[in-house]
Amino acid sequence: MDWQALWLSVKLSCFTVVLLIPLAIIVGRALAYRQFKGKSWLEALIMVPLVLPPTVIGYYLLVGLGNQSMIGQWVEQLTGQQLVFHFSGLVIASIIVNIPFAVQPIQRAFETIPIDIRDAAACCGMSRLRIFFRIELPMIWPGVLTAVVLCFSHVLGEFGVVLMLGGNIAGETKTISIAIYDSVQAFDFDSAGMMSLVLLLFAVSALALTTSMSKRLGGHRGATQR
Amino acid sequence: MVPHNADLICDISQTLPIPLEAHFSCRAGEVLAVVGPSGGGKTTLLRMIAGLSLPQRGHIHCGDRLWFDAKQSISLTPQQRHIGYMPQHFGLFPHLTALDNVISGLDHVPKELRKQRALDWLERVNLHGLPDRLPAQLSGGQRQRVALARALAREPAILLLDEPFSAVDRETRERLYIELARLKQQLSIPVVMVTHDIHEALLLADKMILISQGQMLQQGKPFEVLSHPNNEAVARQMGLRNIFDGQVVSQDIERNMTQFTLGDELIVSDSAPALTVGQSIRWVIPNQGIRFNAISSGRLCKSLNKLEVLIESVLVMGESSRVIASVVGIGSIINADVPTHLVHKLALAPGVQTTIALKSDQIHILSAQSELG
Repeated sequence: MDWQALWLSVKLSCFTVVLLIPLAIIVGRALAYRQFKGKSWLEALIMVPLVLPPTVIGYYLLVGLGNQSMIGQWVEQLTGQQLVFHFSGLVIASIIVNIPFAVQPIQRAFETIPIDIRDAAACCGMSRLRIFFRIELPMIWPGVLTAVVLCFSHVLGEFGVVLMLGGNIAGETKTISIAIYDSVQAFDFDSAGMMSLVLLLFAVSALALTTSMSKRLGGHRGATQR
Repeated sequence: MVPHNADLICDISQTLPIPLEAHFSCRAGEVLAVVGPSGGGKTTLLRMIAGLSLPQRGHIHCGDRLWFDAKQSISLTPQQRHIGYMPQHFGLFPHLTALDNVISGLDHVPKELRKQRALDWLERVNLHGLPDRLPAQLSGGQRQRVALARALAREPAILLLDEPFSAVDRETRERLYIELARLKQQLSIPVVMVTHDIHEALLLADKMILISQGQMLQQGKPFEVLSHPNNEAVARQMGLRNIFDGQVVSQDIERNMTQFTLGDELIVSDSAPALTVGQSIRWVIPNQGIRFNAISSGRLCKSLNKLEVLIESVLVMGESSRVIASVVGIGSIINADVPTHLVHKLALAPGVQTTIALKSDQIHILSAQSELG
């Protein structure tokens, strides 16, 4: 069991979730309530990581964030650190790859809030910010929770993009999925089996918890929703 | 400062996304019913008054405050308009208790006073003892009252009600009618109520506008609109089924009378609109203008407009029965809602031939344009 790789994966998942979820809430809300030119294109773009092979995304990120790219050079000048083969690059990659897993459930959650409720809130004199924090956010919690669990689990299991962008540097970019791959390559099936079991148990528990909490959180509202 | 006793003046129109045109006023203390079929633009109109959507043209005033003016690009937000709004499905916040829902409408009150004020409002709508319940734990009628308390707690400049009785059962609805009628006497603000039910307008409104496909067909006092529809389209929207063709025989302007034919029968109307002898007309008579009285008691003997009819069907619908009869020799079909006890008393049944009288003061001659409608 590679505890260092497990810790790195958990750390990567936490960073991704903390940075991505607020962004997904803003984007999900805009997509749910606003009509603007190019909305369909933006929605399609958000879904792209779901259909593209991770190696393709990894390749583009490697090219886009590498030493030869403008972004890569700019970040290196600013921080003295390159993005590729570094934890920070993995965080950026994880955020990009997980956008659909974060935005979709949150957008759907916003869409389920009846217009009557948002109208009533505005007519109660609440500011937009207050409507968001006092009315909308408590109502979209099941969606946010689903997004958190999906992103966290997906980052834990991410392989292709991580390998392409981060390589296999212990303590820096070697996540648990890559550690499993390494173990199998080294015929260390005990270690690979243990780490796989940990991921499996986590995935099942996380999904069961999400389902149960979504039901509990959503249970008290049905009667007033259309 | 919350403005009170301010009249609402609305003069707006738009062509997209749905055509809508409305010009009306509603005085403080008055209940205005916006009546029309589903999809006619009623809710859109209400949302425009609330500032939840914007018309393309026109202006909306409440007292001396300009809420919306397309020319000057002025549009106050719903928050700035300070309105009480009760959406069709009440719009209660599902995660907040009844008390917290009402408190949500009390932003204008100092924080320490809000709870007591909300409790007072719940008491006022007869909802004491349930402040800690979530909306899902309340009945339809109770939810409606929480929504009403929340809208009124805001001490609004106007009260907007969107189909306030559509989501409750009949028994609750009857009770809520009485409560709203009582509340109406205490309110000194314009109340605009959207409904598709003509009877609600007749029961509760001081004034009504009839709207269909985004166009205002008629406005006025509900009974006036019912008894004097502008045209056939209005008559049909008002649920009037007895609309017939006729031909003017004579007019007596001094006595305000018009005589016209229905087939071979001569009908007299206590109205004399500008018509010429021989002109074809369409005329209407509301249900209350048709009398199925006991011929044996002699009550119809002195009546004008007596018609021999053959009853074709009697459909009992609880306390009321729908009697469909054809005028003997003419074939025109009369639809009448008659109290069921009267149906039994007069032995009205299919195949029975009887006499009806049409009250001359209830006969309304539709304007010429109605022929197109």
